[in-house]
Amino acid sequence: MVLATNSDSEEHLHSTFASRYVRAVVPRFKMPDNSMPKDAAYQVINDELMLDGNPRLNLASFVTTWMEPECDKLIMDSVNKNYVDMDEYPVTTELQNRCVNMIANLFHAPVGEDEAAIGCGTVGSSEAIMLAGLAFKRKWQQRRRAQGLSTGNPNIVTGANVQVCWEKFARYFEVELKEVKLSEDYYVMDPAKAVEMVDENTICVAAILGSTLTGEFEDVKTLNDLLAEKNAETGWETPIHVDAASGGFIAPFLYPDLEWDFRLPWVKSINVSGHKYGLVYAGVGWVVWRTKDDLPEDLVFHINYLGADQPTFTLNFSKGSSQIIAQYYQFIRLGFEGYKNIMENCMDNARRLREGIEKTGKFYILSKDIGVPLVAFSLKDSSKHTVFEIAESLRKFGWIIPAYTMPADAQHIAVLRVVIREDFSRGLAERLITHITQVLKEIDGLPSRIASLAATAAVSGDEVKPAKMSLEDITKYWKRLVEHKRNIVC
Amino acid sequence: MGLSKLISSDSDSSIQSTFASRYVRTSLPRFEMPKNSIPKEAAYQIIKDELMLDGNPRLNLASFVTTWMEPECDQLMIESINKNYVDMAEYPITTELQNRCVNMIARLFNAPLGDGEAGVGVGTVGSSEAIMLAGLAFKRQWQNKRKAQGLPYDKPNMVTGANVQVCWEKFARYFEVELKEVKLKEGYYVMDPEKAVEMVDENTICVAAILGSTLTGEFEDVKLLNDLLLEKNKQTGWETSIHVDAASGGFIAPFLYPELEWDFRLPLVKSINVSGHKYGLVYAGIGWVVWRNKSDLPDELIFNINYLGADQHTFTLNFSKGSSQVIAQYYQLIRLGFEGYRNVMDNCRENMMVLRQGLEETGCFNIVSKEIGVSLVAFSLKDNSRHNEFKVAEMLRRFGWIIPAYTMPADAEHVTVLRVVIREDFSRTLAERLVLDFKKVLHELDLLPAGEGSSKNG
Repeated sequence: MVLATNSDSEEHLHSTFASRYVRAVVPRFKMPDNSMPKDAAYQVINDELMLDGNPRLNLASFVTTWMEPECDKLIMDSVNKNYVDMDEYPVTTELQNRCVNMIANLFHAPVGEDEAAIGCGTVGSSEAIMLAGLAFKRKWQQRRRAQGLSTGNPNIVTGANVQVCWEKFARYFEVELKEVKLSEDYYVMDPAKAVEMVDENTICVAAILGSTLTGEFEDVKTLNDLLAEKNAETGWETPIHVDAASGGFIAPFLYPDLEWDFRLPWVKSINVSGHKYGLVYAGVGWVVWRTKDDLPEDLVFHINYLGADQPTFTLNFSKGSSQIIAQYYQFIRLGFEGYKNIMENCMDNARRLREGIEKTGKFYILSKDIGVPLVAFSLKDSSKHTVFEIAESLRKFGWIIPAYTMPADAQHIAVLRVVIREDFSRGLAERLITHITQVLKEIDGLPSRIASLAATAAVSGDEVKPAKMSLEDITKYWKRLVEHKRNIVC
Repeated sequence: MGLSKLISSDSDSSIQSTFASRYVRTSLPRFEMPKNSIPKEAAYQIIKDELMLDGNPRLNLASFVTTWMEPECDQLMIESINKNYVDMAEYPITTELQNRCVNMIARLFNAPLGDGEAGVGVGTVGSSEAIMLAGLAFKRQWQNKRKAQGLPYDKPNMVTGANVQVCWEKFARYFEVELKEVKLKEGYYVMDPEKAVEMVDENTICVAAILGSTLTGEFEDVKLLNDLLLEKNKQTGWETSIHVDAASGGFIAPFLYPELEWDFRLPLVKSINVSGHKYGLVYAGIGWVVWRNKSDLPDELIFNINYLGADQHTFTLNFSKGSSQVIAQYYQLIRLGFEGYRNVMDNCRENMMVLRQGLEETGCFNIVSKEIGVSLVAFSLKDNSRHNEFKVAEMLRRFGWIIPAYTMPADAEHVTVLRVVIREDFSRTLAERLVLDFKKVLHELDLLPAGEGSSKNG
């Protein structure tokens, strides 16, 4: 409702592309002094954004990129509701509570019928994991203090395949991260090694259901059983947290007999991303605790300056309500059967893609058949060309497929990973196979860039290793090149 | 695209209008995910209907958070709803828009940047995350300093006023920093700079001042704090610095009070946070934190990852999140420009004065908020022996207005106030109508027997 005091009387008649606004340099460093018409502002931004990738062709991400128009409408209708005003928007708050109940139930939390579960909505799994980690840290501190023991060196045991938010949690909240290293062909956390690493300062062991890199489900049951034994010997009561960011909305529908959740007694909290296979746009995650005891009361805040008492245990305060409402929409719209159908479709399409890739004869498939619907694959022969080149070439067609190196101790392995989301249909899968085949043919015809990279290095004076460069070096050179191209001036 | 294999026994169900179908007859699922799918129209309608019973966001006068944006901006937002902000390599333009916003906000706060130099800062989900990041940076800086000096670093504390918003208390509790609060007193509802500086010791990681106190909208005297702290630092050599929580004030002071020195013009201010979703005029879900220099943000807090396809840095608590609000912030910054923001803030201030005067004229209220500060009116009843502020708030609800009543923190807990926040979309007409409704409520209360609803929570 800003009526700008416009001095140029004819300006409001100009169509956007006739106006001076599309001639002016786009503001980058300083707020412009004057206002501009809303149509111009819209157009200028819309046009720049055309150069962003197409979200639906972004096969790097697990995060949902399509929802039904009815849901889009609900989202826009609630975009001006600040979720944290619980007293003002009690229905929205209730929808969150219902989602928590449903998810806790899905994960077999020991809640009675009609009993409210313990959990909350978050902005994503990062926040969820930080809250769960905080709860573990606090419980561990309380236990230690009660025994008169030191609380100065908490640690957490995970696999080296953890998503970065665990490393963030460790660093920001001053908990040592003890990582079980991977090895070639074993890209998840080994339960036996993990339990070995547990000591009296371990606040919890974190298992992943749906490893970011290969989509595998870790064996939480074995972890639970081994940990139960160790706990019986030591009396340390070390608990488990399951990072089910992607797997939490897959396992219950496709692998209902797989025991990974609260059915295992040492699992005390679970997080899942609503915005991955929960089928909601970016911006919602969930964390659930087994029982009230597992969430220390002194982490929960009670405030009243929005008008009534409200408990809050999240890192974020004000945030939008849209994604919470969208999550509830999905739960009642799809129901169990709907989610199951979608996950089955995803697995089917993943299988088709995997077969197509295997048929080219040039790739090893690293992802397993059971797990998150994705295909992770590496080149059988990386001496002349790398997966980074393939990823770059596929971009020409519009596909965004990431190539990355595995963490320690498998850094010499580089993979391409395609995530199959709800909106990746069979037609798209087949087209992708065609393009990959095409790219392989084209690349074969090109001279090896690796030899020329080594030559460039020699010229620029970098240290050149002997003729057979390790894949790690190759990928480093390549990534530097790619990075340079992507450095956009702000 | 879940085409459910809906084996419907009722062959007409696909042509029934929503309210003719069986879906509006069944109890809504509350505890367990329903077994079957339902048509999307039914899902939409059922949820929409329940949500009718939420408060109207635009009549929610409790909140500073933006409740209206131009349709053009709504359009941009829905178009980017499926973009996950964190995929920086995939959405480089969106990332660039964030960077531009950081640049503009840093300059608005007079950060010492050269021409064309990028600001040091990041977009967050709100001021809570922004404050946690700033606090983390202070904690880490202080720890590194103490380690280098061979001194203990296990008892960090931070000095603030008791009027801080809850996220400071959260930061303190979650990140294990002691909170040393300067108590308020009746008639003085912000942090006293002298008392604050007195409380500073060798374990203080920073002093946090608020520009736009949540409770009364006042701006704390950051300049005085800076000057007093400078003196103390000279004596002690502790180099204690300042963070300004400008959640609401950050997008008001530069436009209405440009001469007020509160930002990076003061040498001890090292970081500032501001809510994009308050007077930044964007919907809920966006905040900003800016640091003075790169050296004020320790490298070890920044992570590098590559599994989204390219090397990228990440230094936020949240990872995946929507892009819409970042784009909306940029829209507002270029759409309105400096002049537009100033006009909006001028209007808010004008309408605040209309409301303030209207309430004063009733003769029943003490106005607690100041004229300079965030555009809000905080007031208490002159005489609350018969009915209290909570009762007034409850009665106003009947007209649709949502106005919070709350008690002040220590040591002024005996004072209760009502607070009306004036946002961009609270016009003069609404202000006048609100005054009328207040008069009606006061009149009704006069007729009610005393004590009815003098309980705390109405």
